[in-house]
Amino acid sequence: MSVPGAWYLGLAAMLFTIGGVGLLIRRNVLIMFMCVELMLNAVNLTFVTYARMMNDIGGQVVVFFVLVVAAAEVVVGLAIIVSIFRRRADATADDISLLRG
Amino acid sequence: MVHAVWLIPALPLAGFLILLATGRRLGDPKAGYLATAMMAGSFLVSVGVWFDLMGMAGEERRFEQDLFTWIAAGGLDVGVGFLVDPLSVTMALFVTGVGTLIHLYSVGYMHGDERYPTFFVYLNLFAFAMLMLVLANSFLLTFLGWEGVGACSYFLISFWFERPSAATAGKKAFVINRVGDFGFMVAMFLIFATFGSLNYVPVLEEASTLTKGTATAIALLLFVGAVGKSAQLPLYVWLPDAMEGPTPVSALIHAATMVTAGVFLMVRVNPILDLAPGALTLIAVIGALTAFFAATIACAQNDIKKVLAYSTVSQLGYMFLAVGSGAYIAAIFHMVTHAFFKALLFLGAGSVIHGMHDEQDMKRMGALRKWLPITSATFIIGWLAIAGVPPFSGFWSKDDILLGAWEKNRALWFIGLVTALMTAYYMSRQVFLVFYGGERWRQAHTKSEGEAEAKPEHEPAAAGGHGAGTDHAVPHGAAGDFKPHESPSTMTFPLIVLAVLAAVGGILKTPLEHWLEPVLAHPHHFASSNSTKLGLIAVTTIAALAGLGIAYAIWVRGRVRESAVEPEPLRRAWYVDELYQRIVEAPGRAIANFSAFVVDAKIIDGTVNGVGALVRAGGSRLRGVQSGFVRSYALAVAVGAVAILAYAVARTS
Amino acid sequence: MDWVVFVVAAAACLAGALGVVLASHPVHSALMLVMTLFGVAVLFVAQEAHFLAAVQVIVYAGAIVVLFLFVIMLLGVDRTENVRAERLPGQRPIAYLAGAGVIAGIFLLARTAWVSGAESVAGVADGPGSNVEKVARSLFTRYLLAFEMTSVLLVIAVVGAVVLARHSPSGGVHGSEES
Repeated sequence: MSVPGAWYLGLAAMLFTIGGVGLLIRRNVLIMFMCVELMLNAVNLTFVTYARMMNDIGGQVVVFFVLVVAAAEVVVGLAIIVSIFRRRADATADDISLLRG
Repeated sequence: MVHAVWLIPALPLAGFLILLATGRRLGDPKAGYLATAMMAGSFLVSVGVWFDLMGMAGEERRFEQDLFTWIAAGGLDVGVGFLVDPLSVTMALFVTGVGTLIHLYSVGYMHGDERYPTFFVYLNLFAFAMLMLVLANSFLLTFLGWEGVGACSYFLISFWFERPSAATAGKKAFVINRVGDFGFMVAMFLIFATFGSLNYVPVLEEASTLTKGTATAIALLLFVGAVGKSAQLPLYVWLPDAMEGPTPVSALIHAATMVTAGVFLMVRVNPILDLAPGALTLIAVIGALTAFFAATIACAQNDIKKVLAYSTVSQLGYMFLAVGSGAYIAAIFHMVTHAFFKALLFLGAGSVIHGMHDEQDMKRMGALRKWLPITSATFIIGWLAIAGVPPFSGFWSKDDILLGAWEKNRALWFIGLVTALMTAYYMSRQVFLVFYGGERWRQAHTKSEGEAEAKPEHEPAAAGGHGAGTDHAVPHGAAGDFKPHESPSTMTFPLIVLAVLAAVGGILKTPLEHWLEPVLAHPHHFASSNSTKLGLIAVTTIAALAGLGIAYAIWVRGRVRESAVEPEPLRRAWYVDELYQRIVEAPGRAIANFSAFVVDAKIIDGTVNGVGALVRAGGSRLRGVQSGFVRSYALAVAVGAVAILAYAVARTS
Repeated sequence: MDWVVFVVAAAACLAGALGVVLASHPVHSALMLVMTLFGVAVLFVAQEAHFLAAVQVIVYAGAIVVLFLFVIMLLGVDRTENVRAERLPGQRPIAYLAGAGVIAGIFLLARTAWVSGAESVAGVADGPGSNVEKVARSLFTRYLLAFEMTSVLLVIAVVGAVVLARHSPSGGVHGSEES
């Protein structure tokens, strides 16, 4: 008796929401980035669940690609963060507004 | 030849166009001669049309010529066409005849003015408009001419516009005319609504179908227009101010032609007037009162032209008195004789002014008979004509009017009689002051300038100097060695012709009565017996001679002190201008100030500026969105996502 | 049994997610993230996606979170953030509302079945053969182009990271360690 897919989907929705709210609330850039990863994981979970529910391996293939791209995104994103926040370590996302023209 | 009637207005129009294009090149005096030639040509065509018309049988003397359709809109179909009948031919004849003489006079009078060609441009345009007015075959076309002469009057009054008083006078004339034109327009609406057409022939032929109320309304509304154009009470105030224009203008427009347009209109619509006895009475009363009122003012004026201006208002009052009494032909007769002698008097006054080097104050003239012989001789003939001394023309026409007034209402007749006495008085006063007596101008020119009289209607005299601001075209002659001189022949020739006409014009009385009969709806005969007529003639003549005598006693013999007969209210024209200023101008100015400074500046500009301010305020509020805070942007994205989700939920449920 | 696994793993995911969001210290957040990632990996296994579970642990928990920790340490961004204070007015309430809205929207939408019933193009998930084999078959035949492109993407990402993160040639202001 396996768990119905709906429960997984509900869990993924909640993970996604928590990640989204966290993204909006936190000011520390790295934690915001981590929240993004949370959201991506929720999406991955959803895809895998559907792959099982619809008996389609394509769902898992998509997750594979999402993983790869997420990795690349993290690499580049952190590189940017390093280059920006090298100067001021206590800078937050709000301080980017100083770049405004 | 009657088919060539279109030439009558077309020639001055051609003159206008040619002079507009080439006037400056033609210059002084060729431009003037061209304009005069156009008018003379028009006169010759008028004579030809007149002969042709005389060749027709009496009752059928009418010819209509349609040129083209001007307005065809719905039920309104107005064409440009001419109605040739005894009335219009009479008007055309004296408009073109007197007009030609005045054009010729202007050639000499305006010599040396730097805008000489422009003057003749305006004169020819005026002639065109006036001829359209009298020859038109519909109310609307007459109105076209009506407005045209009003506009030309404005142009010509303020011809020397550098002088502020001239510019103001032009505006005043135009605006007051406009008040009258309103009445004319509403009358046209009413006519169109009643008859479905604006052409004279159908309207006047069916005039008998009008109810008394409608007829009275139409008559009164048209009369309002006439009051404005012909300077009757209460819209006469523009005429004295119009003397700011050059003297030929005063002669042509404000004596002989334009101001008679109102009388012409009344006579033209006599079938309608006959159905509105109330309106006729009102016309007669206003005419009589105007005549009396203006005559009183003329008794105390010192400017030679102002006397003649008020005299014109007074004589026009006589014409309306005749119309109101039903004596339409008498009105036209007086119009014709008045054209002769008033034009003569004005041109003579211009000659005096010219000879006196722009002096217009009669108190500074005197004994000019010796220095300006031709001018004085012709002026004296004009004087006798207007005073009503037999056998000159004015006597015959004025008498007819008084007879008509006697038959209408004794009170009106009495007012007319007293006015005749005053007319004789003030004209005699003028003649005695100008042409007889001592040579007052000798003292005037050796006194210092500080002695200039400060009378409001008085033109500033150029004591010793010659300004471009007064009524004369060009100053000539040196100061100090001042002597009046006679005018050149281009100016004296018209004077002589007009003097002859003023002298013998009385013979037109009976022919005119027969000639103009077809124009009337109901033939008018004087009902009085011959003895009554003779009695009235005697009384009138005695009144005229009495006025003359009184003037002689005061101004030649010096029996009465001057200040006693020239009280302040008369000199200030009963303060009518001041009254109008109080009741019309002040509220108007208040409304204008309100509109300009409150409605326009505050409300309208405020609204427009307010919109701008609103946009700017909104913009600076909206600018807050671009805060640069990434998290705010993210929040906005989240909210948008929720919105889309909600939309999807709504779609599926 | 499946239920027990599910409940425990789900609890771990949720706890970790809340920890990421609520922790004030970035290192604490990173560790809570690891917990979430492990929970998700367990759930992958429960769903017969063995290959992905392995990749998840190796790549996500093993590489990405380590990278996070490196940057945290490198930048010294380890000072605690003042979680209580919020500078932008209205940010928090609206964020909570948006979250609630998303949850509500998803749950409401989930009542609708949008399955088209079309046949699988990639291949079936159940059936003979191991999961790895099925994934590999699909990946190297049908989705080969995408696979190659992601490898190119990775190369670009690495090059980009190197370029972005190094000091400028004229000498950095921080004459400190090079990365």
